[in-house]
Amino acid sequence: MGGFVSIISRGFHGRRRDEGDRLPPGQYLVEDFPVLSAGPTPRVPPERWEFAIDTEAGVTHRWTWPEFLALPQETPTVDIHCVTEWSKLDTSWEGVSLDTLLENVDTAADYALVHSYGGYTTNLPLEDLLDGKAWIVHRFGGEELQPQHGGPARLLVPHLYFWKSAKWVRGIRLLDDDRPGFWETAGYHNYGDPWREQRYEGD
Amino acid sequence: MTAEHLDGNTLAGPLGELFAVDVTTATGRCANCGLTGPIGSLHVYGPDPGLVGRCPGCEEVVLRLVRGPGRAWLDMRGTVTLRVDLPD
Ligand SMILES: [Zn+2]
Repeated sequence: MGGFVSIISRGFHGRRRDEGDRLPPGQYLVEDFPVLSAGPTPRVPPERWEFAIDTEAGVTHRWTWPEFLALPQETPTVDIHCVTEWSKLDTSWEGVSLDTLLENVDTAADYALVHSYGGYTTNLPLEDLLDGKAWIVHRFGGEELQPQHGGPARLLVPHLYFWKSAKWVRGIRLLDDDRPGFWETAGYHNYGDPWREQRYEGD
Repeated sequence: MTAEHLDGNTLAGPLGELFAVDVTTATGRCANCGLTGPIGSLHVYGPDPGLVGRCPGCEEVVLRLVRGPGRAWLDMRGTVTLRVDLPD
């Protein structure tokens, strides 16, 4: 009897325990998708959009919008965590893995500085963009990514606080030395691991 | 399009934690385009993750203010000078 009940209820309890396990310290769950911005929303028409990777040796790799869409697409479903304490579970995206974009890029760089239309920047170690941990996404929840959420395309690097997932992404500079980005030079943590609650400089 | 930004005078409270004078009435000069005007005329974005004051002329960042628990960071690299009127 006890065994029977525990089998039936395992799904329900299992899910609840999972949700708790999936919430980093100091975070709360939201169902909506809050919009935070540090400037005017850039409007980038697809025909003017391009994405570029600049290597530390000065080599540039470019993709136009059609070239980017022609690359192998992935559909990650991930949890996202904003430094302002909201988390959103099971967000579904579509885009291109950074592994694909970096496949033919010859680099020995250790760091990446991501830059966006509108001037935003954010930095992270290059290894945090590799091995299935990061994407350039252009669809969210089965629809085109809206400009207020970073459309036409944004970086998605869900294992770090969401300010690292730069909206309106335009390119990535590969660097031998770390170069702190927009929020990283204004008090926020240089790395931003939600599971270690690295919100502010010195955390 | 309606303005996405907040009124520059939004900065009065948060900056009042740091300065003895009301900085929103001080005159700033944009490091990018040279436009001069009161800090209270900036286009302000935020308040989270931080307040970002942008030049109403060129939209470049003039100042940024991040308030964490027990500390604040103020970045004013986009301001060449800040003129504060004081009694003689
Ligand atoms: Zn200006």
